[in-house]
Amino acid sequence: MEHVNLVHNIPFFSIFIAMFSGIITPLVKNGKIAHKIHMIMVLIVMIMSAILLMNVVKNGESFTFMMGHFPAPWGNELRAGPLEALMALTFSVVMFLTVTGGIEFIYHDVVPEKQSFYFIMMNAIFGGMLSLIYTNDIFTAYVFIEIITIASCALIMAKGTAQAMVGTTHYLVISLLGSGLVLLGICILYSITGHLLFPQIKESVMQLFQSGEYSFPLLVVTGFMFIGIAIKSALFPFHSMLPGAYQSAVPTSSGILSGLVLKSYIILGIKLIYSVFSVDVMLNLKILDILFVFGLAGMVMGSVYAMRETRMKRMLAYSSVAQIGYIYMGIGMASRIGMVAACFHILAHAVTKSMLFLCCGSMVETCGNKEQIYYLRGAGLRNPLAGIGFTVGALSMVGVPLFVGFISKLYFATASIYAPGKMAAVLIVLGISMILNALYFLPSVIAIWTPVKKEGEEAKKAVISPAFGVCIVLFILINIGMGIFYRPFISIIEMGISLLQ
Amino acid sequence: MNEKKTFWQHLQAWVNGEEAILHADEYIKKREQPHQKRWIKKPNMQRIKENKGLYWFLCVLVSLVFITIMLLVVSHLPTFGQPINPTNNEVMERYLEKGIEETGAINFVAGMILDYRAFDTFGESNVLFLAVISVLILLKRDKKNINAREDRETEEDERFDRSDHKSILKIGAKYLSPVVILYGIYVVLNGHLSPGGGFSGGSIIGAGLILYAAANGHEAMRRFFTFKTFTLISVGCLLTYCGCKSYSFFTGANHVGYEIPKGIPGNILSSGFILPLNICVGLIVACTMYGFYALFTKGDM
Repeated sequence: MEHVNLVHNIPFFSIFIAMFSGIITPLVKNGKIAHKIHMIMVLIVMIMSAILLMNVVKNGESFTFMMGHFPAPWGNELRAGPLEALMALTFSVVMFLTVTGGIEFIYHDVVPEKQSFYFIMMNAIFGGMLSLIYTNDIFTAYVFIEIITIASCALIMAKGTAQAMVGTTHYLVISLLGSGLVLLGICILYSITGHLLFPQIKESVMQLFQSGEYSFPLLVVTGFMFIGIAIKSALFPFHSMLPGAYQSAVPTSSGILSGLVLKSYIILGIKLIYSVFSVDVMLNLKILDILFVFGLAGMVMGSVYAMRETRMKRMLAYSSVAQIGYIYMGIGMASRIGMVAACFHILAHAVTKSMLFLCCGSMVETCGNKEQIYYLRGAGLRNPLAGIGFTVGALSMVGVPLFVGFISKLYFATASIYAPGKMAAVLIVLGISMILNALYFLPSVIAIWTPVKKEGEEAKKAVISPAFGVCIVLFILINIGMGIFYRPFISIIEMGISLLQ
Repeated sequence: MNEKKTFWQHLQAWVNGEEAILHADEYIKKREQPHQKRWIKKPNMQRIKENKGLYWFLCVLVSLVFITIMLLVVSHLPTFGQPINPTNNEVMERYLEKGIEETGAINFVAGMILDYRAFDTFGESNVLFLAVISVLILLKRDKKNINAREDRETEEDERFDRSDHKSILKIGAKYLSPVVILYGIYVVLNGHLSPGGGFSGGSIIGAGLILYAAANGHEAMRRFFTFKTFTLISVGCLLTYCGCKSYSFFTGANHVGYEIPKGIPGNILSSGFILPLNICVGLIVACTMYGFYALFTKGDM
């Protein structure tokens, strides 16, 4: 028996423990126990990811993990490095805080006998996201994209209202379009390269690119796969499923879907850019430029849609569209530092948007389940913690210094210097988009802190559960902490991206 | 009306959220302007009907563009079945040449999906499981998705079902379903020896169960297959799969040894974990098929 490196087993353990807890949850009829199983699972994954992160950063390494007895071109493989470990850690922290903080919404909105099913989906979606982060095999990625698609639809429809059904149907149709394009891309890619694992495909793609063979299928493949991923992660022209779905879902689901699920597809895209198609090929095929343009369009249009919106959850959904635009802009700049900014923005948005959805859900509940911003006036005074959380989130999204959103915007602006020919566009659109962000976030912040003179009835204070309070406070602390001590995150991301190449 | 005041009113209204609409309406009436676009869009059936032609045109256009791209790609792809194709590389060579020796399965497909690339198949069986659970969340009767009228309708349906003799179907099912299920079991058990395996055998078993349920009604089915059975079988199979594969991934990746004996290729008890995994996948698929049928017809199992 040789020496076993347990740290290298962590990606495999994380994925399997998530899937395992998903599998055993149907045996539990009680939602509370299902929640405990879920919580313990996420905690274990969180601790393991932290250990993995410390180890890979200390050794400055990335490694592949053979799934089974067969080495690379024959069997499945996982791959982990600093970037993957950091993403897994952030995802588990956000998942833990969102579900723990939003547990009351789940108990309130989902029928008791279906709560355990809801947690099966939560576990599965977490396992799927971990697999997308860690995978080194393009078909495994597809299988887990399917799992995430099914689970996210189930999370939206779990509320069981007619509105939720409409939202789910819309989400399902557009998601399936994305999955279909990705699958078509994988099929064509396999028939021109003959491989399914990232390093081997990269080798063949480089050969094909240099020899000029199959150049048209290669172009179509990259197009299909990245359009598919863009659809799944709701890049601007494909964003239409978000508002309806997020508005009608349980706030916890909306937080998870917007904060994490969209990001997991983008992380897969980043891995594809670096370890499959390579930046040179992508630049030559102009795919990165297309992503860049749509990212810019998304940044402006998402904010414009959000400004027109009078319902808070839909406004947050459109704001997600704008933030996804930022990430794609960073990817499209095709420089190392642009990618670092994009990755940091993934973290920043994950931390912020989940908190915003939770706070919004709580305030909506305080104001008698009315979603219009008009009825939410004074919600901050009646439910101070949610109000403070919303304010912090809004300021962070606008890009006020001290909050995490500021750092990513700073890095986007810095990155534009290294992107020849794109600098003016980036800076102008960044400025416009930040003003637009302020224009729709600040009025809603002012609205929730405006005292309303109600005729007759006295405004009653909201009852918030201790779990919600603790989670929101932690979210705020993480937000400010990441906004001040951002250096380690940036250096870890830089290390991760250089190891990915 | 004072222009500046209106602007401030507007700004204030906009900050307050929906107020803007109320004020905007008054403002519009006073100024006798044409009706502005409403902020909250409602689906306008009239407009959708008017634009039918445009939608039709766009659908055809998008489909045509897509079809053209796909046909072009296909014409550029390597010709099917040529020995020099990129897919005929060392990967396929090893699967075919060493497959029997390394996995113990004569059916190469079984060896590929359940041994070389077992992680993907684990994902796939989870997809099936999650699909049933999603349908359960959607359709299982609860106080939100069922009302008294629908309840009465189902009851009437059941009464009608009971009075209907369906003698041809019943007799047919009586003789056919055991054979179908038996054949399914055969396909599952011989998955590593002959074409077939968990997915195909499982769907045959599922078809047999559906035939039986369609002929004899859910009451008869419930004698041996309830929701509890479904949960126990699915969870048990997935757990077995998860356990077996965790073991083999862990031992394989860390070079620990303790491999499962492969047995003599060709025997029914051979090829390590492939036989139990095939049985697990088969049972999951069968339960999924029947589960879909039961949920979509009755909303319950």
